[in-house]
Amino acid sequence: MSKLGFIHSIQSLGAADGPGVRFVVFLQGCNLRCGCCHNPDTWDMAAGQEALAEDIAAKAERYREYFGEQGGITISGGEPLLQAEFAREIFALCKARGINTCLDTSGSIWNEKVEALIPFCDRVLLDIKYTSNDAYREYAGCDLDSVLSFLKELEKRKIPTTLRQVIIPTLNDDEENILRLKAIANEHSCVDKVELLPFKKMCSVKYDSLGLDFRFGHLPEPSPTKIAELENILK
Amino acid sequence: MKHENWNGFIPGNWQEEIDVRHFIQKNYTEYRGDDSFLADATERTSALMKRLQGLFALERQFGGVLDIDTATVSSLTSFSPGYIDKENEIIVGMQTNRPLKRAVAPFGGIRMARQACEAYGYKLSDTIESEFRYRTTHNDGVFRAYTDEMRAARKCHVITGLPDAYGRGRIIGDYRRVALYGVDRLIEEKQKDKKALEGEAFNTENIRLDEELFQQISFLGKLKEMAAMYGFDISVPAKDAREAIQWTYFAYLGAIKEQNGAAMSLGRVSTFFDIYIERDIKAGSLTEETAQELLDDFVMKLRIARHLRTPEYNELFGGDPMWITEAVGGMGEDGRSLVTKSSFRILNTLYTLGSSPEPNLTVLWAAGLPEGFKRFCAKVSKDTDSIQYENDDLMRQDFGDDYAIACCVSAMKIGKQMQFFGARCNLAKLLLIAINGGYDTTSQMRIGPQMEPLSGDKLDYDTVMERYDIYIKWLSRLYVNTMNVIHYMHDKYCYEKTQMALHDTAVERLMAFGIAGLSVVADSLSAIKFASVSPIRDKNGFITEFETEGDFPKFGNDDDRVDLIAKDMTHRFITELRKTPTYRKAIHTLSVLTITSNVMYGKNTGATPDGRKAGEPFAPGANPMSGREENGALAALNSIAKLSYDDCRDGISNTFSITPDALGKTDNERVSNLVAILDGYFAKMAHHINVNVLNRETLIKAYENPEAYPNLTIRVSGYAVNFNKLSREQQREVISRTFHESI
Repeated sequence: MSKLGFIHSIQSLGAADGPGVRFVVFLQGCNLRCGCCHNPDTWDMAAGQEALAEDIAAKAERYREYFGEQGGITISGGEPLLQAEFAREIFALCKARGINTCLDTSGSIWNEKVEALIPFCDRVLLDIKYTSNDAYREYAGCDLDSVLSFLKELEKRKIPTTLRQVIIPTLNDDEENILRLKAIANEHSCVDKVELLPFKKMCSVKYDSLGLDFRFGHLPEPSPTKIAELENILK
Repeated sequence: MKHENWNGFIPGNWQEEIDVRHFIQKNYTEYRGDDSFLADATERTSALMKRLQGLFALERQFGGVLDIDTATVSSLTSFSPGYIDKENEIIVGMQTNRPLKRAVAPFGGIRMARQACEAYGYKLSDTIESEFRYRTTHNDGVFRAYTDEMRAARKCHVITGLPDAYGRGRIIGDYRRVALYGVDRLIEEKQKDKKALEGEAFNTENIRLDEELFQQISFLGKLKEMAAMYGFDISVPAKDAREAIQWTYFAYLGAIKEQNGAAMSLGRVSTFFDIYIERDIKAGSLTEETAQELLDDFVMKLRIARHLRTPEYNELFGGDPMWITEAVGGMGEDGRSLVTKSSFRILNTLYTLGSSPEPNLTVLWAAGLPEGFKRFCAKVSKDTDSIQYENDDLMRQDFGDDYAIACCVSAMKIGKQMQFFGARCNLAKLLLIAINGGYDTTSQMRIGPQMEPLSGDKLDYDTVMERYDIYIKWLSRLYVNTMNVIHYMHDKYCYEKTQMALHDTAVERLMAFGIAGLSVVADSLSAIKFASVSPIRDKNGFITEFETEGDFPKFGNDDDRVDLIAKDMTHRFITELRKTPTYRKAIHTLSVLTITSNVMYGKNTGATPDGRKAGEPFAPGANPMSGREENGALAALNSIAKLSYDDCRDGISNTFSITPDALGKTDNERVSNLVAILDGYFAKMAHHINVNVLNRETLIKAYENPEAYPNLTIRVSGYAVNFNKLSREQQREVISRTFHESI
């Protein structure tokens, strides 16, 4: 019997979550409550739709022609590690069909099920939210160490990894932070790419409709020049 | 046969027979590299283009029409030569004696010519009015023969946009023949064909053909005269690239002087030109810069081509289009691609001259196209929103490797097939007429078989389908017969003499029917099948609205439950159409294409069971209804790809808009991803896609402040338009369309 999981939605064309053209499955449920989260509607696991892993894989198959050499399936969320067995089965089925797999995660959970999932990832997009433990505790609700030890596991298994960070003005848009991020990247040979994502507030309508408080709603979006400036530091 | 102007070409059977394809296959040089060889515009080109930009601005200020010659009937030789800047033009020739001055073409219908003049504050001259009092136009002929039912179907808009008041268009002359062979040789061949009729049974068919050949030969003579007015002798083959382009352009110019057809497409000329350009480059008489200049000058001429239209016409076909469609790329039957450096050069005109809706550049996409060309196309799309793509791997199976596209999506073998254009019928309105037993609530007219409106509190799928079938049968027969009348009369009173002279005498004819509202019908039938649809009746018992409860699968989400309903509709319709014989044994074909008429069709259609309100626009072409795609762009593409080209040989149009961010982060990613999307979509055997890479905000800004965006070009439905030339209503509809955004 195929694994049953909870999904939030499917985006048949994702060009922002992993290399190439990607079929993106957003899983429902998250263990963190990041102040910058743009998918608050994925937080509550109970609000998801049920889906079978094999149905998801069969759906992904319908888009194979578009993947080209780089594209494939991405599992995002929510936090996919909360449903690691479900994710693992989807990836295993996709890999058996020759579809490239990519996991978009905060890396804040480690257990046997997660460990079993990792070998089925062709790439991991690891969202390092901050580079200090204080900020992590304050704005995400977990420890930086848990994420770094997740990264160590990726390093051990040589899983190609993209480090990502959402740049939020006043919180992590300083040079020191980017230099620390760069150092983390340099210390791990599995990291072959670092992406800075500008904090966006388009999601504030979602917060309104869910009756939730958008914790960073008062902060501005970073300017494209600021992002370019920070990207330069990474080079 | 030999001619000194052919020196340097690989000889072959193309010299013995009129066979441009064979000439191309023997002589072209495939190019598999990237765009780095391309040259920029020269100073001369930029100066001339600037002059044109000034004229375009003036034309806009004048309300869309700069000037009309109301006293001269457009024909090949009726205007003295015109120039933009005589000393600085490389390719010459104009429809009238001044750029952007429009001519009247009353042979299709004097009424349309008169109304068009009046709409822009002019009056058709008394001389023309009185001359045409004694002439029968195509329009006169059609209305003599139309039955009451045909008139009623037209009046209630269940069939709309029929070419019964102006030139039918959609015919592509093989304009290259003039360059390759010279006009004298073409006349000679036509004379042989005419002579061959001697001794045949002189029945209607042969008498008609005999007269047509007479007209073709006569107009080839006029074509020579026209060129001579500009100082060129086109009786002989072109001797170099400049002449090849000039001769080809003269042939096209002759066609648009003679005919004001709805779509006057160019064909597939760039790789043909490339053979001459390569020969000249080898001989040292051309450089990359001057080669680009030749194409730039040619394209400038195409950009100033105009026909005089009425405001009613613009409501259907917005943006003042000519559909000067040029097919670029594609594969040859021998496995080499037909991509040459000139395929790049013609696309490069969108940079050298700026983006533009005309010519309607259409890339024939195939899996085997060189990577460098694919990437260049994607880059041009991303930068200019000015090109469309059609599936060469699909079309090549039926049309070989020397076909072109008429209008938006209509493939035909160049010089060997022609089309009888037939606009489209409104399938959604037909569904409502069927439900109401032969009553159209919008026009309040009774039409078709008469029966009781469907009874009961809820619509039952099988009952609705049974009823719908009766009306599909009825309309199909009426539609074919109406088309037969139109094209009989067009041949009789407004025959395309120049264009048909550039076809083989034994031409194959296609009759192109069309449907509008496919996604509305699919979603409506899906609602009836999977949700609960309660009809709401007016005081006379006619169903005018629906209450739909519950969810139902919607076209555009890669859901077979509804996608196959759409596919089945096209199959049912073409199958019914085929049951009624066509004029001149034309082959029935079907398109799913609306141009911008989806707005007008929607306006004339009552509320539908899918939840669409009365008067709301349909989606264009085969597109899903806006806002109903819930699974992203590729799911929508997959739904459309399920429609079968076997059923829709006249094309399946899809307009796709995506924001730059949704396509990728960097320019390089966007190009790669667009190439992957196109490869994927066409591997699914889809037929056509218009690609726009832009933000909705840009359109909103252009809507609010048109002057700031004079050249904003977007693809709408099988063609591109200057956004500012659309009506406000059409602009609003384009803005409301689905833009695939990043999340």
